[in-house]
Amino acid sequence: MVLSVDGERVVDMEPHIGYLHRGSEKLCENELYVQIVTLFDRLDYISNLNNEMAFCRAVEKLMGLEVPERAEFIRVILCELNRVASHLLFVGTFGIDAGAMTPILYTFRDREKIQSMFEAVTGARMMHNFIRIGGVKSDVPEDFTDRVKLLRDELIQGINETDKLLSFNEIFLARTKGVGTIDADSAIAYGMSGPSLRACGVPMDVRKDEPYSVYDRFDFGIPIGENGDSWDRYYVRVEEMRQSLKIIDQALEQMPDGPTITPTRFILRPPAGEVYVRGENPRGEIGVYLVSNGTDRPYRVKIRPPSFCNLMALKEMIKNTYLADAVVILGSLDIVLGEVDR
Amino acid sequence: MAYLAFRTKLCRTPRSVEKNNNNGEQTPEPNALLDEKGRLLETLLPNVLSAFDVSIGISHDLMEVIVEPADVVAVCENLKNHSETLFNYLTCLSVVDYVEHLQVVYHLYSTQKKHKVVVKANVSSEEPSLPSVTSVWKGSDWYEREGHDLFGVIFESHPGLAPLILYEGFEGYPGRKSFPLHDYKEW
Repeated sequence: MVLSVDGERVVDMEPHIGYLHRGSEKLCENELYVQIVTLFDRLDYISNLNNEMAFCRAVEKLMGLEVPERAEFIRVILCELNRVASHLLFVGTFGIDAGAMTPILYTFRDREKIQSMFEAVTGARMMHNFIRIGGVKSDVPEDFTDRVKLLRDELIQGINETDKLLSFNEIFLARTKGVGTIDADSAIAYGMSGPSLRACGVPMDVRKDEPYSVYDRFDFGIPIGENGDSWDRYYVRVEEMRQSLKIIDQALEQMPDGPTITPTRFILRPPAGEVYVRGENPRGEIGVYLVSNGTDRPYRVKIRPPSFCNLMALKEMIKNTYLADAVVILGSLDIVLGEVDR
Repeated sequence: MAYLAFRTKLCRTPRSVEKNNNNGEQTPEPNALLDEKGRLLETLLPNVLSAFDVSIGISHDLMEVIVEPADVVAVCENLKNHSETLFNYLTCLSVVDYVEHLQVVYHLYSTQKKHKVVVKANVSSEEPSLPSVTSVWKGSDWYEREGHDLFGVIFESHPGLAPLILYEGFEGYPGRKSFPLHDYKEW
């Protein structure tokens, strides 16, 4: 990004993006439906499973394909674990942005446990390609429930530890409270979403507004902030991790037995038509606009990446702040450039 | 070659889907997929947009409004400010290349009413231009720059249509169907 400064004050800023542009949308038009899932892994490479789910839901919606209940529960548990992993990474790196070196060591320790869990279930630490059109790739291991319960306890402890260490630290508060404030109306006008929007006090969450998958069966809260500053954006995420663990808890209890995938042909040919699906990613609302003309490849795939809109609003937040705060504000948005550029 | 053989063998649609789509003799109602809010919108939209020359239809599970490119800003402003619709959130702006024409698609959402609609405008592929909606939703800024970059759509009265994703001086519009996926020289 290019900053114009007057002494230590930032007068204007212009983000320069596009250095990670791989033409994912164009590639999608030239791949089979099953192959596209792997491309979605590589958009937001911190929350792969949430991305996969968004695309698979789009195809399922277009085809009217039913997903077995057990598969939905496995999806929800993994997506929420993914959300926790993503937020843990944020908490650590945000600490570094604000000058706290220690939290990242704690959060990476916890995140590593989730990654190992993913490895046990999906076979890969990242780029899982586990959520498939019609369900999930395979059933979970036998000891999945016990392991996740153990993991949950460890995570709660880890989150509390980090929370105690960082959240109300005086220096951290001085660096983040009241820095990079944005009000609710401009946040909505810019199309911000996810924790960054909720920090402004707007309780907007796709999981609640338009429950997809089996999210309507769980009891969970949407943490919202008050001031829309960097600290609120940080703390909303910390609280969100606790809510995610609550969802995981309930999902483990309610998980039914049964098949995990609706068998489909390798080469899918959804009927001609178009759908738009929305999903809640750790960074905000992901949207997939899928246009099909009845062939084995989509006609057009447009991805609405959450970080793209959040980054657009950065200009509003960063104006008239100090140069040293610019990094904190950018960090508080938790952007992933893989999905900004696509 | 083995892959091709495999492909031809398996390229039928899955049986479960065929069953869902054909539905025997009965053809499903066009609004069968609309949810409660969508049905409400179905009755609302003709009143809200009575002053404009639009065609209102249904696209899968969304209400769709097809407008003339020149009317885009007026229709969007009306949809945003009308007390019954209040579409204050631009979810997504996409450009689709249908070869004979380009289509600019606006997915709108209301944070208060929690309903959604899709607005579409067709522009010619030779000289694609339509008014920018940045005055209605600030968030359309980068989407329009991206649409200009990848599809060459000119959004009139946009504050600055500089390249966003591609570098300065890139030739051609890589989003379009006519742009080759391989076989082009970049450097």
